[in-house]
Amino acid sequence: MNQSISNNPDSKSVHLLHRLYALQQQHLCISSESMQQVANEFCLPVSQVTAVVEFYTFFSRGPCGRYHLLLSNCTSCGYLVGGENFLLQFTQALDVSPGETRSDGLVSLGETSCIGMCDHGSAMLVNGMPLILHNADRVNHIAQLINAKTSLADWPAEWFQVHESVNKKGLLLNQNFIPGLSLKNTLAQGANEMLETILASGLRGRGGAGFSTGQKWQFCRQAEGAGHYVVCNADEGEPGTFKDRLLLRQHAESMLEGMTLCAFIIGAERGFIYLRGEYRFLLSDLQTVLAAYRRAGLLGQRILGKEDFDFDIEIVVGAGAYICGEESALIESLEGKPGIPRIRPPFPVTHGYLNQPTVVNNVETFVAAAHIAVHGSAWFKTMGTTQSAGSKILSVSGDCELPGVYEYPFGVSVQQVLQDCQASDAQAVQIGGPAGVLIGKQDFDRQIAFEDLSTGGSFMVFGVHRDLLTINRNFASFFAHESCGFCTPCRVGTQLLKNNLDKIAEGRGTRQDIVEIKRLSELIQRYSHCGLGHTAAHHVIDGLQRFPQVFEENLTQQSFMSPFDLDKTLEEARQITQRDDAAAHLK
Amino acid sequence: MTHNTITIDGQEVPFEVGQTIMDAALAAKVYIPHLCHYPGLTPHGNCRLCSIEIGKKSVAACTTPAVAGQQISSNTPAINAARKSITQMLFIEGNHICPSCEKSGNCKLQAMGYFLGMLDEHFPQFYQRRKIDASHADIVLDRDRCILCDLCVRASREVDGKNVFAIAGRGTEAHLIVNSSSGKLVDSNLEVDDLAANICPVGAILKKSQGYDVPIGERIYDQHTISEIGLQESIAKESKSDDN
Amino acid sequence: MSFLDMDERLVALLEQVEFNRSPLTDIKHCGSCEIGLIEGGVCNAENVKVLQEFRANCKTLIAVGACAINGGVPAMRNHFDLKDCLQEAYETGIGVTNPQIPNDTELPLLLDKVYPIHEVVPVDYYLPGCPPSADAFLQILGPLLAGKEPVLSSDHLHYD
Repeated sequence: MNQSISNNPDSKSVHLLHRLYALQQQHLCISSESMQQVANEFCLPVSQVTAVVEFYTFFSRGPCGRYHLLLSNCTSCGYLVGGENFLLQFTQALDVSPGETRSDGLVSLGETSCIGMCDHGSAMLVNGMPLILHNADRVNHIAQLINAKTSLADWPAEWFQVHESVNKKGLLLNQNFIPGLSLKNTLAQGANEMLETILASGLRGRGGAGFSTGQKWQFCRQAEGAGHYVVCNADEGEPGTFKDRLLLRQHAESMLEGMTLCAFIIGAERGFIYLRGEYRFLLSDLQTVLAAYRRAGLLGQRILGKEDFDFDIEIVVGAGAYICGEESALIESLEGKPGIPRIRPPFPVTHGYLNQPTVVNNVETFVAAAHIAVHGSAWFKTMGTTQSAGSKILSVSGDCELPGVYEYPFGVSVQQVLQDCQASDAQAVQIGGPAGVLIGKQDFDRQIAFEDLSTGGSFMVFGVHRDLLTINRNFASFFAHESCGFCTPCRVGTQLLKNNLDKIAEGRGTRQDIVEIKRLSELIQRYSHCGLGHTAAHHVIDGLQRFPQVFEENLTQQSFMSPFDLDKTLEEARQITQRDDAAAHLK
Repeated sequence: MTHNTITIDGQEVPFEVGQTIMDAALAAKVYIPHLCHYPGLTPHGNCRLCSIEIGKKSVAACTTPAVAGQQISSNTPAINAARKSITQMLFIEGNHICPSCEKSGNCKLQAMGYFLGMLDEHFPQFYQRRKIDASHADIVLDRDRCILCDLCVRASREVDGKNVFAIAGRGTEAHLIVNSSSGKLVDSNLEVDDLAANICPVGAILKKSQGYDVPIGERIYDQHTISEIGLQESIAKESKSDDN
Repeated sequence: MSFLDMDERLVALLEQVEFNRSPLTDIKHCGSCEIGLIEGGVCNAENVKVLQEFRANCKTLIAVGACAINGGVPAMRNHFDLKDCLQEAYETGIGVTNPQIPNDTELPLLLDKVYPIHEVVPVDYYLPGCPPSADAFLQILGPLLAGKEPVLSSDHLHYD
């Protein structure tokens, strides 16, 4: 093992996350010895390497199986979608429990947060590759292939086919993008002029928060530093969103140019695309595009022959952590650390990557910026509302006939989207993912816009047959799993919230538990360190406000119930003593 | 140096540019509850006990810069109720059973409970089971009592110049780790006189064979409130800085 | 037992109250009561049943002492699996003869963990301390008997 590490020719220039990924691939785990070795290679304390390994879902200290199955637990691409329980089916078919590796070391099974396959239904990652689960027959077929040790290359290729369903094109997706044009325009106009154009376009960050892109670039440009950086946030982790997957696959050129013209404006020489680990399968195609851009003189030294315009982009692949979608956590991750959000202020525009001025924008924002550079600010403002210029690309999933990507002018009503995706029996829509807003029918006339319903792109439809309490439990469990653990209210609070909702779902919830949930939700929302905590209880607050009957129906009439099932607390003793008499049970 | 003022609960508090609200408050002998803050160490903002309100917004006093004219609420029933809940969260997350802990009476978490009038833990316990490390000759690490305040991490790095500790794991899996190849304290260069070995606010990092040198009932928080000690720590730090 | 530390003040208290079930009276099942004081963590099936009955009969229930409030010293066993505890005590421990984990139906089964009172039944008031002082008892009981809301003063608030 040590041999293989020291033989790595360019280990020094490799990103820590990539080095650890390689070790994980090679040994199916990252042992203490490996961590020590990596610490030596990177001149890091071994505690930092350990902290990184333990932070990210896709690294493990104990051995995974040669076939490592991670089933999404998202409400749109999770293992329970479509009335099946694929996790249970795999457990039975493969004789391995979730979270464990089978004793022969062949296979391991687990859950992971949304893998961005929501338009395909139930899906999983097998050794990092997305695979569509489809039906129970496929589960059994997969189990057979695994037990027969069939190489993944020999599995049916269509299982791995990720289709891009673009059901509605708008302002951006309709454009025929001519490579290099946005950069030529930028150079022709000059940095000042182009910044003015971006400012005038009214472009706001597409991640959901909606900060003015032009102002962000301006602040960064004005900030002093040894170097400026451009970071593209391709860590599309909000459950229910997958539109960046489309953009990264089919519109990477405009994204790269958006980054490059940003670099020109702020004076950056280095840029990063932080690609979520779940999208690793897009890596080689992206690198091909980068290489083509370098060959065409659109990236690298003296871009378009312009003296002093040097800029190149590196792709860093994450390793499974929703929190890294938060810009300062993303920067921490880029720096080879656990993704724990920084104290803000200072903001990344002045103190970002390596504490230098850094612009972090969403994939869609850079795509939009490149198109604005080509078509101008007036063109962009022809669509949208006064406060939300342009278009929004939505990832529509859940209970509808036509899941997929939809691009609308800002201001579109929820009702319109539901009509277009043929969601005939929607009772609720989750806009902006679990961190966003849960609305019911009475709000379907509201608009998708920063001033009304803001979303990074996730649009999840829940039909009348869906039990919304199950949805709330799923989201609560998601946040408890993804909380970085830094601050008390979020670390402990999200877990308590999950436990409380589970209690209600198990039929042991009382009126007092509802009071408790409200109090807890407010605490988490108000006192947490970062955006994850500030938004983690939104779905519960919305649920209690808009769908109170969902909770009421499940409450017991008793005034008090223990947080746990009392009889179960004797189960262990019953087994040890082999007793099952009346006194060995509790009510 | 420019002097400006902020207002905390109606009281004018002067500050120097660059100071946080916590620094300014403590210097003016205005106590804002805190567990993960220690004068002289880089503020971290993880415990959230020092949550205060500026307008409608809640922020951590230890990480928020003082800006002239800030109108701050701190000692209000609502904020203290939230602080009590946060303290209760820390209690139930770990195993904080005072009668069985050597630190009792000298424990800041316990003292915070006293200060906020906490009678019970309110939430159901997590029944945490983290690893104990008793490998070091002079120091024991009981992770079940760790509140992840990061003080030992910073003290070791910033004052002792050693980098003995770190926090690893996500969410409720977060736990203190030791920076040695074995992960054990015995293989680290931690020494009893290091600040990192002395700064633990709870009974997670304990010095061996000293647990009952001072009897229960005569310990720090048997005789003082955490607000008195918090202000003293700040004064001690200031006079130390003045000496330098 | 720290209840008795009230010494002569107990006499005045007795003018207002009548003991039902208590270590002093040896009554096995309590009847309807105004105030119930309960101490100790919940360790076994019998504890649960006694506690449930007690709760049902007491208008006001006060959890008294560290063990009642968070499990206390007995909760140190929560760090271990029940099986390991029983094996150590009855099978593998030093000095064990005739190793066997007792399974007589007369014996109450142990819960998987030691739980605080408020996780098993609702609790109205808490009186922390190991043990709480006599004054602390009076601070709670005095106002309660007078129909007022009790407040424990900070000098009597202790967890140890």
